[in-house]
Order: sequence, then structure tokens, then C-alpha cells
Amino acid sequence: MTLQDDGPSRRKVLECMTWAGTGVLWTVAGGVPASLGLIDEAVAQQAKGFTFLQISDSHMGFDKPANPNVKSTLEEAIARVRAVPGSPAFMIHTGDISHLSKPSEFDDADKIISQAKLDVHYVPGEHDLIDEDRGKLYRERYGRGTKGDGYYSFDANGVHFVGLVNVVDLKGGGLGNLGAEQLAWLESDLRGRSASQPVVVFAHIPLWTVYPEWGWGTDDGGQALGYLKRFGSVTVLNGHIHQVMQKVEGNVTFHTARSTAFPQPAPGTAPSPGPMKVADDKLRTLLGTADITFKQNEQRLAIVDTPLKA
Amino acid sequence: MPLLIVSAKAEEVTVKIDNFVFSPQILTIKAGTKVTWVNDDDIPHTVASTTQGLRSKALDTGDSFTFTFTTPGTYKYFCGLHPHMTGSIVVEGATGSNAPQ
Ligand SMILES: [Cu+2]
Repeated sequence: MTLQDDGPSRRKVLECMTWAGTGVLWTVAGGVPASLGLIDEAVAQQAKGFTFLQISDSHMGFDKPANPNVKSTLEEAIARVRAVPGSPAFMIHTGDISHLSKPSEFDDADKIISQAKLDVHYVPGEHDLIDEDRGKLYRERYGRGTKGDGYYSFDANGVHFVGLVNVVDLKGGGLGNLGAEQLAWLESDLRGRSASQPVVVFAHIPLWTVYPEWGWGTDDGGQALGYLKRFGSVTVLNGHIHQVMQKVEGNVTFHTARSTAFPQPAPGTAPSPGPMKVADDKLRTLLGTADITFKQNEQRLAIVDTPLKA
Repeated sequence: MPLLIVSAKAEEVTVKIDNFVFSPQILTIKAGTKVTWVNDDDIPHTVASTTQGLRSKALDTGDSFTFTFTTPGTYKYFCGLHPHMTGSIVVEGATGSNAPQ
């Protein structure tokens, strides 16, 4: 990996991670993220570019001690979204909208998320496809115009966005799964595109291997990343692990978002990846949203993680 | 559902789902045993496999799923939501010997 003059070392990247709880602006130059500062400064800078937002893992219907009121934390997250300066182009939701794929859970999510008054591009999490017809409800509500179990692509402001589904047809002992059909579609979707076009790929489960012992990765994610290798700027956004994690590999930046519902433990720090019960006054510092900015002509991408409460 | 007279040999065994683990992870039973999975986690899980009928709906906290194993053999299964969670049921012939693998 080549470092820009203003690029940080890997050590710097890790240092920045420790600020995540208060919100950090990330700028990507040629795939190398640089922290530009804490959130106030970040928000001021980002208003200049093309911005969009990411929310994830709303888990409507979850009611256990880790967060008995997931509706109110989603409402708070959407209130934060409405307060973002500039006008974000749209929002991406990286899955687990619902906890049990119930119509009432999707209704609650839609009612709250629509308050943002933004277009929302969804991909499903595994919790969104557990109705009796295995995803029929999700596809009816969110799958219009998508292929297969709900994958699709679109262009905005010169950036190519690809939403992938890696939570279907999972194999015993395995991780997330894209499958041959979706991979073939991705390859043809990217074919012929200029390598200078920035690409943003989003899916529920991390496409990179975070912690296979807890299933945090995608078995055939490497194949998808192979098709993306030639692009100068690739950003991969995921949810599922309910915490912020970031990694840079060549021109690819991987980023996971917080949940709006409940936090999960850092890899290997608990007996299982189940919901993490934290002190009530700490919960909101571990939940939130992400704002993402592209600076025109610079191929720079900035990610601001906003906890519900700093 | 009316209760049927169950043969004296029939047994019932429970597999607990807790902390994203099936326990016992490997369970050896006699043919005819009824196995019930109970989810004690705060997160839904499923029982999934390629075996006909051995596939539950999503089990929320406290939900259970029951399957009776009548044919000897080894049945591997996993959680359809968290496939790194795996388990197997080894069903021995009713006489308890020479179970096929
Ligand atoms: Cu999830």
C-alpha cells in the first residue's frame, strides 16, 4: 500500500479507532483513510461534498435487557440523521431491519425511518429473511427492482453503489455467502466500468474476515473483492457485528457500522457474539449512525460515526 | 393433539442452545428418540440440515423444535442464521450396536 503525504500509518489508523466513541471523520485518499478530527470539525467539513448516510441493525422487535426499547434508539438515530447539515443524498441500511421478520416489525421500522425523508437503499440481514416464506416479506417491501434475493446497483454523483446479499443459503460450518449467481452478476455489473470510478459496496455481514470463530466474514467475499481490485477507490460498508471496525487493504477500505439497537462484544472478548448488556447510561454511546462524504474530483471518502450520545 | 401411548423404549432428550452453542454438540441416541432443541439465547437461532424434516422455523428465546430420529445414522445440522454453530445427532440402532456412519 502506498501512503499519501497526508496519509496515516496503520498505527495511526488504530489510534483513531479509539476515538470512535466520540465520532471521527475519515477521509479516504487512494484507499488510505485519514482521520480529520472529531465530529464537530468533521461535520463542518463534510457539508461541502456529496454525502450519504448509513444506518444498520435496527432489530425492531428485540426487547431483551441489552436494549428493551429499540424503537426509541432508532428514533434518536433518525433525529440525528435529520440534524446532519447539508442535504445527504440518501441513506443506506445494511440489514437486520427487523428482529424476527414480522410485518409489525417492518412497519415500525418504516414508520420511524421514513421520518428521515430520504431515499433508503436496503440490503437484508439474516433476521429479515426468517418469515415462513424465507424472505417473501422482505422482497415484497424492499426488493422491488432487485435481482435474486435482493441485490442491485445504482450510480449517484459519479459513484457506483452495489448492494449485495450475503445472508442466504448459508452452509453448515460456513460464514456469509454470496453464491455463484450473484457473483456472476457482480462481475458483469462491474465489467466495462472505468477503474477511476469510485465504488461503494454494501452488504450485511462483513465481506472481509473479521472473526470466523463467530461467523464474522463471507466465505466467497474474496471472489467479489477480486472483481473490485482494479478500481482505484473501493469502500465496503457492512453491519452485523454491531460495532465500528475498519481495515484498509490496498485501495479497499472496509468499514462496519454500529447498530441502532444493541452493541455486541469485540471479537473474542465474550463467550459468544450475543447482545452485550452495558450500563444504561453507556448504551447510547455504543449505538449510532455513519455519515459518509465524497469530495468531488478528489475521490476522497470520509466517514463520520455518530454515536447517539457522545 | 391427543396423547398416544408411547413405547417404553422411546426416550426424550433435550439439546440446549445457549451462547451460540448447541449442547451437547454431539448427541448419541437410540433410534426412536425424540430430540427437542430449546433456545435459551437472546437471539433467534434455527436448526437446519439437508435431512428431510430436520429444519426448524426461527426459534426465538424460549422457543423449541422437536424431531424424532427413527433411522440410524449420523445427522449433521447447523444454525441457518449463524452457520458456524454446528452439531450432530448420532442415532444408533435400537439394539445399540453397529450403527451405520
Ligand atoms: Cu445481524
